Amino acid sequence: MKKVRIIARLDVKGPNVIKGVHLECLRVVGKPGDLAEKYYLEGADELLYMDIVASLYRRDNLLNIVNQASDKIFIPFTVGGGIRSLQDIKEFLKAGADKVAINTAATENPNLISKAARMFGSQCIVLSIEAKRRGDNKWEVYTNNGRERTGLDVIEWIKKAEDLGAGEILLTSIDQEGTKKGFDIELIKSISEFASIPIIVSGGAGSSDDIYKCIKECNIDTIAIASILHYNISSIPQIKQNLLQHNIQVRKRW
Amino acid sequence: MVMIKNNEKFDVSIINYGINNLKSVSMAFQKIGKTYKIIEKPEEVLFAKSLILPGIGAFGDGMKGLKKRGLIEPIKQKINEGTPMLGICLGMQMLFTESEEFGLYDGLNLISGRVIPFKKPKEVNLKGYKVPHMGWNELKKPYDGIKNFESSWNGTLLADINEKIDVYFVHSYYPIPKNKENILATTTYGNQEFCAVVKKENVCGTQFHPEKSGNVGIQILKKFCELNNI
Repeated sequence: MKKVRIIARLDVKGPNVIKGVHLECLRVVGKPGDLAEKYYLEGADELLYMDIVASLYRRDNLLNIVNQASDKIFIPFTVGGGIRSLQDIKEFLKAGADKVAINTAATENPNLISKAARMFGSQCIVLSIEAKRRGDNKWEVYTNNGRERTGLDVIEWIKKAEDLGAGEILLTSIDQEGTKKGFDIELIKSISEFASIPIIVSGGAGSSDDIYKCIKECNIDTIAIASILHYNISSIPQIKQNLLQHNIQVRKRW
Repeated sequence: MVMIKNNEKFDVSIINYGINNLKSVSMAFQKIGKTYKIIEKPEEVLFAKSLILPGIGAFGDGMKGLKKRGLIEPIKQKINEGTPMLGICLGMQMLFTESEEFGLYDGLNLISGRVIPFKKPKEVNLKGYKVPHMGWNELKKPYDGIKNFESSWNGTLLADINEKIDVYFVHSYYPIPKNKENILATTTYGNQEFCAVVKKENVCGTQFHPEKSGNVGIQILKKFCELNNI
């Protein structure tokens, strides 16, 4: 059995880590360097940096953050926000990132996924999807932090991304994001049933039990969490302890 | 000549053969107080105190990158002279004789053996089994029925490491050393037990990424330096 990965997600705006609700109403919760190091030392299995305004402005801010992080963080990390070209990907990998998450640019130009997968390997290309519920068992792909509709169906888009060579999917539920009301189980289930590449689920975790429930019910092995850590609701060791008690394997020692 | 000999005074020389992420491995050595230089010239290889062959990407491209820079013969020469070398991930695979990745490619042949692919998900039919093998997995002592288990990691890269500790892997292929004596640790994925750490005299390699394996990985790099008086 594969070990469940717990990923600490840091949404970055300018010099700060922020947290919102439904990707809006942003609140500053700390500095990227401090929080990354804290979660690294607490046993996060990976880190995820998302610059939530980069695609509207520029990505130099994120590049600086990544450069600093890779000096002292020795676990894999993924970077997203404003990545638009093969050159961008190269720069982030050079700065020490292991994977890049692409959202807006991929919806505009799906071939970017296949080109990037060929050039850098599928394992470092993460397709980031912001999903919003549009009726029963239907979810639409959004971009720019839930601000813009694309008209794409989430399930169809994931199928296509797999064919294009994406290595992983980061699936953020806009409806649940920041609410601490639990994951969108229906959405996650309907994707984990067919997906052949790993799905990182994000959005809604409010307790250790929410995380356990999602893993158990949806047959998912990777969870990205933010609020629960930033607001000290549960720590990474507590979350892992809870999973171990339910016989779910995690990385225990580091 | 001063320029060329410049890396003589560095603890580790990290070989760049055209890969993008050299930062993490550099920073990991910096973290343990070692000086490093990223090198890509044959002369620089010849003056290195120790060699690190990092890696990500496809085997054929990696070997092509080494060849294009004229690094294959200098590396072989240095290994003959006893210079310590550590290969990481693809860098570890390239230590072997050959690989089946996208055809059959020659490796550095510093350790006899062949690199082969993981079985396809439909051949294994295990829930959650996907290729590449990506994530944290455990290191175990290889079972050979003869060696004393308790002591088999003493005096090696893994001397301070507890068995079953997790390290970070990203790979679709793995090596099968011809001589089982070269296997220092194994890992099991999808019912396939593979060589995760290899060692032969002054050459060693890890299929996982020590520079991404948290404190455990840092300890392993530290041990590499310690064992080789670097």
